[in-house]
Amino acid sequence: MNWETVIGLEVHVQLATKTKIFSAASTAFGAAPNTQACEIDLAMPGTLPVVNKQAIDYAVMFGLAIDAEIGKTSVFERKNYFYPDLPKGYQTTQLEKPIVGPGIVEIQLGNGDTKSIRIHHAHLEEDAGKSLHEGNFRSGVSGIDLNRAGTPLIEIVSEPDMRNAEDAVAFAKKLHSIVTSLGICDGEMSQGSMRFDVNISVRPQGETKLGTRTETKNLNSFKFMEDAIHLEVARQIDLLEDGGEIIQETRLYNGDTKVARSMRSKEEANDYRYFPCPDLLPVVISDEHVEKLRKNLPELPDARQQRFMDEYDLSQYDANVLSADASMGSYFEQATKHSGNAKLTANWVAGELSARLNAETISLDQSPVTAEQLAGLIIRIADNTISGKMAKQVFEGIWNGEGDADQIIEKRGLKQVSDSGALEAMVDEVLANNQAMVDDYMNTDPDKRKKKLGGFMGQIMKASKGQANPQQVSQILAQKLAKML
Amino acid sequence: MHNFTITELIDGLKKRVFSSEEITQHFLARIKNLDSEFNSVITLTEDQALESAKLADQLLAEGSASELCGVPVLHKDIFCTQGVRTSCGSKMLDNFVPPYDATVIENFRNNGAVMLGKTNMDEFAMGSSNETSFYGPVKNPWSTDSVPGGSSGGSAAAIAARLAPGATATDTGGSIRQPAALCGITGLKPTYGRVSRWGMIAFASSLDQGGPMARTAEDCALLLNCMASYDDKDSTCIDRPVPNYSVNLGDSLKGLRIGIPKEYFSEGLNAGTEQAVRDSLAEYEKLGAELVDISLPNTGLSVPAYYVIAPAEASANLSRFDGVRYGHRCEDPKDLEDLYRRTRAEGFGDEVQRRILIGTYCLSAGYYDAYYGKAQQVRQLIRQDFTQAFEKVDLIMGPTCPSPAFKFGAKGNDPVAMYLEDIYTISTNLAGLPGMSLPCGMVDNKPVGLQIIGNYFDEARMLNAAHQFQQVTDWHQLAPAGIES
Repeated sequence: MNWETVIGLEVHVQLATKTKIFSAASTAFGAAPNTQACEIDLAMPGTLPVVNKQAIDYAVMFGLAIDAEIGKTSVFERKNYFYPDLPKGYQTTQLEKPIVGPGIVEIQLGNGDTKSIRIHHAHLEEDAGKSLHEGNFRSGVSGIDLNRAGTPLIEIVSEPDMRNAEDAVAFAKKLHSIVTSLGICDGEMSQGSMRFDVNISVRPQGETKLGTRTETKNLNSFKFMEDAIHLEVARQIDLLEDGGEIIQETRLYNGDTKVARSMRSKEEANDYRYFPCPDLLPVVISDEHVEKLRKNLPELPDARQQRFMDEYDLSQYDANVLSADASMGSYFEQATKHSGNAKLTANWVAGELSARLNAETISLDQSPVTAEQLAGLIIRIADNTISGKMAKQVFEGIWNGEGDADQIIEKRGLKQVSDSGALEAMVDEVLANNQAMVDDYMNTDPDKRKKKLGGFMGQIMKASKGQANPQQVSQILAQKLAKML
Repeated sequence: MHNFTITELIDGLKKRVFSSEEITQHFLARIKNLDSEFNSVITLTEDQALESAKLADQLLAEGSASELCGVPVLHKDIFCTQGVRTSCGSKMLDNFVPPYDATVIENFRNNGAVMLGKTNMDEFAMGSSNETSFYGPVKNPWSTDSVPGGSSGGSAAAIAARLAPGATATDTGGSIRQPAALCGITGLKPTYGRVSRWGMIAFASSLDQGGPMARTAEDCALLLNCMASYDDKDSTCIDRPVPNYSVNLGDSLKGLRIGIPKEYFSEGLNAGTEQAVRDSLAEYEKLGAELVDISLPNTGLSVPAYYVIAPAEASANLSRFDGVRYGHRCEDPKDLEDLYRRTRAEGFGDEVQRRILIGTYCLSAGYYDAYYGKAQQVRQLIRQDFTQAFEKVDLIMGPTCPSPAFKFGAKGNDPVAMYLEDIYTISTNLAGLPGMSLPCGMVDNKPVGLQIIGNYFDEARMLNAAHQFQQVTDWHQLAPAGIES
């Protein structure tokens, strides 16, 4: 049987406010446990919440970015459950009247197609603290760190409009791109700044009724989410094909072991007893304020992508990659301003630089290679001073703090030999010293000779200590061999 | 000296007839000598009191003293006091020492008032007899086999016994007015939002309101001048200038329209109480006021609506008492569930547990609409009753409670009979209106309270009406037998 997968996402986005949603404690990541929790975050008796206006503005900005209805009057409610990292015994969140109503997010797929994912709503809420269980803490006891308690979140709830892992990842990446472009989230996935709950069900192709779904919670990387979806879809299909039944449940996926397990079934689910929080008044936002926020919205990814295509003549793919992340977009623009070569700059920013940053898991803001330094390197590639291969060495040098491109080229003597006389002499010498290779080339079927060129190139580059301009060498070599036939 | 009103004490302090240290010593000694009989004060802050008295004397000498400078007061143990145990009458907080002051406490401190100690109360303010306190019941100074009323029974009894000239209290459904009536003193519950709730341990957030207790309306006005303030730490506090409540006390009552709700004189009202109230209304006519018959048709719904809303809010407000961060924790919990179960079973008394259960039930899936939803509708109806009434009258008057102080244990086994004790007071909390009680007669040697209900923020008019009554009557000057007057 052919199966169709149906996916909906709930995405928790930590807002980049300086202080918490209901208190003045700092939200900075990485402080010593419980040093950023004030009496309100600790739910001491008699303390009261006061809502952070910046968090309200950030949520409205998200709503405007996805063209959603803005809840002119939104209401905080109490979601009641007991857990040690939830100090009040309830989470202050929104339910009936969220701050952001229905909206749309457009995603681009690998084949260039676009797809609209509907947003059901987005609401404001507070994050819980962290429980550190055995293994992560002392043995035999659990620890609680309430630094994160009260960090503002928006929870974005999509409609079940995604049909496979690729859709879901594209959607998640697009949300990442929107919230970082807006500057309302730092986008640091490894620090939990964005976390995904994935609702998955399958149904026979052509069926219109939704199958029973499961929810895999708290995925904090695109890769983990993709893997978890593949795993869960396969599990559901296997189960159904064996005549089994899907149980509505919450599941946890461990990205390290690549194993998912059931956390609790629907029957074990809490009755959260939501009711409007009497300590907080409804949040009323004037049209005037919404318009002010709309007018000051930063450039959004879709607009930036189009601008990169128009202004820099980039392909849709390159423009998409570079516009997804606001900081990457501005880095690219900064570097291009200095290099004067958008295409080559795009390749280096999206390619070598991104790969290196990813490998070392550092953000672009902390890149040891500045946009100006990268531009200096690109100028030397474009004017043929160095080859692509040399450029990688120079890049490495800049990364390691050895100086700018020109200094490194000078110091390491990396200048490319582009003098045709010198190159011709080098080619002649290699051909003369490798008669066997020449004979072999001549005896090879003309269609397959091209494959043999690599051997000559290797010898020539070796003889030049890597400094010969490979494009020129390849031309000269082709001419010389042709003459020898 | 203990028979002086606050007004007289201020006068004496200013004229240097006595020092703050002398009167502080005097009241401290009275508490130490006499309170073993009444159990109204559960924490005596002797050293602190003497220290602040000395400081007050300095300020008085310098002539830079604020209105209440040097005046000794008691605070209900529901207000958090920095460095001083704040128990809320519960075993749960028997060991809790807040690192912060309630705004009300801060206001008194800034005004130079001297804190003598903290008063006994029904556990978490849940009760009408002071029998639910972990520290044992408070006894009514007029008749020590009778209850003082609750939940602010400690504050009321202490003032009646001349252990302090004034005290703070709180009122969620009648907890200032009913004990004021039963102990023969004057107490005022302000408009919801007039007095900050920051640092006041929450029972039912949408109903709780702090207010003053003293022997006279004139003194209540002085205390309210200090207590009332706009506070940005309480989102439900209303940003509105605080008038000087003392300036209009002498205004004539000529032409004042007083509404007499027929529902407040129906079945269940003690005949002696009714007579005392009717006699007082006749006094008001003599003072030039006009009595107008009115109806508050939804009064009968107020008790059931209140006993849904208040427990619902309480069930969430009290979830923070989980043994994890502060307060009582059971011995050697074997797991998390055991920690919660035993901590809360041991830490909370029966009445508190009863209300948590009622509130949890009312908010549960499938019951929410029938209980909480309906109760909120009733609340609207009650508010409308008053809005319509205040189109025709300036103040509303009636009995504070159905009968004088009852004997210990009389209603202990019948929660509904106990809940009906607040039938005349609860609806003002549901509507958010100000209400007060002042002594207006005696039945069987026990005081009777006259209730005055005002329109929103009309405390000055209520105090004026009460003060004028106290100029022509002496019920507020009577002292319990054995308390030398």
